[in-house]
Amino acid sequence: MGDMRDDKPLLEIRGLKVEGRTGEEWRPIIKGVDLTLRRGEVLGLIGESGAGKSTLGLAAMGFRRDGCRFAGGTVHFDGIELTHASHQVRRGLRSSRIAYVAQSAAASFNPAYRLIRQHAEFPVLRGLMTRDEAEADAVKLYRRMQLPNPEEIGFRYPHQVSGGQLQRAMTAMAMGCRPELIIFDEPTTALDVTTQLEVLSAIRDAVQSFGTAAIYVTHDLAVVAQMADRIMVLLKGETVEEAPTRDMLAAPREDYTKSLWAVRSFRAPEKTGAGAPLVEVRQVNAAYGATPVLRNITVPFREGRTTAVVGESGSGKSTLARAIMGLLPPVSGHVRLSGKELPRRYQDRSREELRQTQVIYQMADTALNPRQKIGEIIGRPIEFYLGADRRTREAKVRGLLEDIELDPAEYIDRYPSELSGGQKQRIGIARALAAEPRFIICDEVTSALDQLVAEGILKLLTRLQAERNLTYMFITHDIATVRAIADDVVVMRNGEVVAAGTKEQVLSPPFHPYTELLLDSVPEMDPDWLTRRRPAGAPGP
Amino acid sequence: MSRAFRLLRTMPPSALVGAAVILLYVLVAVFAPVIAPYPEREVVGAQYLEWSSEFPLGTDSLGRDMLSRLIYGARNTIAIAFLATTLAFVLGAVLGLLAAVLRGWVDQVLSRIVDVVMAIPGLIFILLLLSVFGTSITTLVLIIAILDSTRVFRLTRAVAFGIVALDYVEAARVRGEGILWVMRREILPNAMPPLVAEYGMRFCFVFLTIAALSFLGLGIQPPAADWGSMVRENATLITFGDITPLLPAAAIALLTVAVNFVVDWMLHLSSGLKE
Amino acid sequence: MRDIVQLVIRRLLLGLLTVLAVSLVIFGAVSMLPGDAAQEILGQAATPESLAALRLQLGLDQPAWLRYLHWLGGMVQGDFGTSIANGQQVSSLIGERLANTLFLAGLAAIIAVPVALVLGILAALYRNTLFDRAISALTLTAISFPEFFIAYILILFLSVNLGIFPSISNISPGTEFWERVYRSLLPAAALSLAVIAHIMRMTRAALVNLLGLPYIEMARLKGATPRRAVVVHALPNAVAPIVTVVALNLAYLITGVVIVETVFVYPGIGKLLVDSVSKRDLPVVQAVCLITSLAYILLNLLADVVAIISDPRLMHPR
Repeated sequence: MGDMRDDKPLLEIRGLKVEGRTGEEWRPIIKGVDLTLRRGEVLGLIGESGAGKSTLGLAAMGFRRDGCRFAGGTVHFDGIELTHASHQVRRGLRSSRIAYVAQSAAASFNPAYRLIRQHAEFPVLRGLMTRDEAEADAVKLYRRMQLPNPEEIGFRYPHQVSGGQLQRAMTAMAMGCRPELIIFDEPTTALDVTTQLEVLSAIRDAVQSFGTAAIYVTHDLAVVAQMADRIMVLLKGETVEEAPTRDMLAAPREDYTKSLWAVRSFRAPEKTGAGAPLVEVRQVNAAYGATPVLRNITVPFREGRTTAVVGESGSGKSTLARAIMGLLPPVSGHVRLSGKELPRRYQDRSREELRQTQVIYQMADTALNPRQKIGEIIGRPIEFYLGADRRTREAKVRGLLEDIELDPAEYIDRYPSELSGGQKQRIGIARALAAEPRFIICDEVTSALDQLVAEGILKLLTRLQAERNLTYMFITHDIATVRAIADDVVVMRNGEVVAAGTKEQVLSPPFHPYTELLLDSVPEMDPDWLTRRRPAGAPGP
Repeated sequence: MSRAFRLLRTMPPSALVGAAVILLYVLVAVFAPVIAPYPEREVVGAQYLEWSSEFPLGTDSLGRDMLSRLIYGARNTIAIAFLATTLAFVLGAVLGLLAAVLRGWVDQVLSRIVDVVMAIPGLIFILLLLSVFGTSITTLVLIIAILDSTRVFRLTRAVAFGIVALDYVEAARVRGEGILWVMRREILPNAMPPLVAEYGMRFCFVFLTIAALSFLGLGIQPPAADWGSMVRENATLITFGDITPLLPAAAIALLTVAVNFVVDWMLHLSSGLKE
Repeated sequence: MRDIVQLVIRRLLLGLLTVLAVSLVIFGAVSMLPGDAAQEILGQAATPESLAALRLQLGLDQPAWLRYLHWLGGMVQGDFGTSIANGQQVSSLIGERLANTLFLAGLAAIIAVPVALVLGILAALYRNTLFDRAISALTLTAISFPEFFIAYILILFLSVNLGIFPSISNISPGTEFWERVYRSLLPAAALSLAVIAHIMRMTRAALVNLLGLPYIEMARLKGATPRRAVVVHALPNAVAPIVTVVALNLAYLITGVVIVETVFVYPGIGKLLVDSVSKRDLPVVQAVCLITSLAYILLNLLADVVAIISDPRLMHPR
């Protein structure tokens, strides 16, 4: 492909500065970034949240969101300068030469029009095709995207189509005018891992066969390894490192890049001996009204060990947690704590029983009362369960803050809004520990965090477990996390347990078919992984 | 204290002026007997006298000093509106919180009752009840308070529902905390901003309703000075091009505008709109 | 398709149920009158015999629920009882006045709705400009004014000082159409000011909300001009919220007429209500209360049904 490409770069960004407004102040989002993209090349933009990758992707189209402004530098698309160009010039490029694929297709399609009409809108408006031609072309593209029923799916409304299919339809729509550059803004982040695989392969095939250049924005290292020829790492609006994919994967230069790459290598120390179960779920069936959500679940949670409950959305893993906590009383079956059966509803449980089971939530923003100081949040369980007096309480709160690696003097009087996501999650951990429980349910506690921060939390949880002999029920959808910290694994699907055992048993062959599907769908840090899973589709435009 | 000052600096001019006006009215209402030149109900001159140095705003249909009656009117009208609003608010907010926390049949029953009461246009329902129970101050305050509490109920319930859905409330309940504790410590502090704004809006509505009722002759009864009935008593002056009867009406309008501007700013703050 | 029909029917039934519940409440409230209707009617002239006779005639010896059913049955047939104040049939008292009030409200609505919608849409499109802020401040002021204030100001300037419009609307059955309009314009203007303010503010809010949604940004990212983004992409989705806003705010007209008709001495049911309340003419008050509630419930029903019908998820289910 190399000598087919025009040597002059398609996109040249030099010293770009973008600022964003919060209230009355302007703060820099992008602080001077250089970027070059050739025709047909795919550049992966990777970084944590707040790094500025979305803003950079949009800037490449000459687009800035409300509340943002260009503060310096240039963006040249095929020689046309975009930061100072008129609205007309910039608009004229969109759809026909540069297209955009948003993160949430469900929110980005207009609910009032059928898919195919939205697809055909701009090819017709730009005079490239007639309505009929555009619709026929849409069907061709849907087929290329491996969508089911390509002839009729376009005639549906957005709400009638599933998330993964919508994402592919949006990619097809972006291809409608055969643009030279497509910006993909985290297109698979919101999808289940099994759906993600289809979408990734569809995107990769389309981009390759049309020779479209692309900027692929993501925070997922393994995904970017599949899709990009070159990778650029962003941190707080600045470029950290840039290199061809294979080079960067093999030998990252900068420390930050190295730390990102190393994230998936953490492994909790092995534990010996299978302890007796501390909490037992026995043949639990639960339902919301008439709809069954848990079917005949039996899971032992062994003392001192981490049992990972893994599954995709709708598998029932969070529902199981609610049944254990007593928020969703089972229809049949029961939950035992230390051999004693627990009342089905939490309202019927004793304070001592409640104390022994604590929860850490996924979203730290909604898990902490914004109107309470950190000291109060952590102190309340101590006061409530242990009846300690003021001085003891305060001493314990300080001790807990130290345990979670936050300086007590600095944090005890702060409010949650003053803390970062990772810090808030640590407070959530401290609050759970304050009750001095034996069993802690960790409900997707790292899913909303950036990879580096998430790793810190995992390490903290592992250390605390060893110190206090805690038993964890670790709910997650991420296999990599399971590999990192689980001792035992339970795989759930559609409200049932499909596989259970120690980590070695479940995650090594022979596999249960669903486990195999899950493991297969998780991208690995190997650029050829996608090609092996899904060999390239039909050739030609 | 410094937090209050920082808050003042972020207020737009409209809200600042509004707050100043509210303060002024409150002072006038509280210190009425000290400020007013003449007593409230005493006839001190001939009818419908022109504005003069002796009677800065002239005299009314019975020969009483307009300015003094305006000042005393502040006290009467605002006091009653304040009382009715506070009653409505306490009743509506407590029931709304209960409905959101207890849910189930408590919520269903309360919501249905509120739906039916709110299906009857407010002013008209008040008129109906006044014709049944008479127009004493007590009945007036009670009727308005009960009817207006329905709106407070709806808002509090909606806000509380939103908060109850959050994880920290669930965390408290699963801990074993009692319902009252959860309402008081977890929900209420987070519901304050929209509730305070709602209090302001309710006050305006109650205030205007009382003024309208008095204007119709069905609210605060003479000879008490009340802005609504003062408009009615002196209405004939309009036909002569005299704006005197508009003064009590303007007094009503000015307070309501002031409260609305302050409430508007509060709503902007609490919703954190990024328009 | 079937889902929608079901939902609409359910909503209609709920409306009917509400009307019944309201009638119960109204009847119940009136029955709580200390003393009774016979005493009210005869007043000073009451003797034990005449009281007993009148009570029998009015059916006051019957249990409450029977009286309620009689009242309800009567009303469905158009018989609203007899006025205590002047012995006339309530239905004839109300009949013509209701028509007058509907005329006035209709006039106010015709003025208010287009003006409010245009202002609201413009304010949303040009949000945070001077125009928007000025309109916002003006409308906030307008909804803060008591209605009688607005009415008297209009009278003062347009009637007394400039002599353009009459300050008292005396219309009668024989008044010719355009003459009617002329004499009703001032009260209609007073009514519509508050309604304009409310509709404008809510329309602006609904539109601003809509314009912030991701699919509107997507339209821009596809290269749509601002005009196309608003007209083709936003407007079809704006119809439902706007119709809802209009229907809900027209309800303000119902309570507004009470004051406005009093100020302008307009012969409508608002003025009738006020007069009847001071005379404690309960049959009239009851009837007016029920009729206005009916109108109120109908408007809310309309808003809900429009919201149901225009939801694409219901029109084209999965």
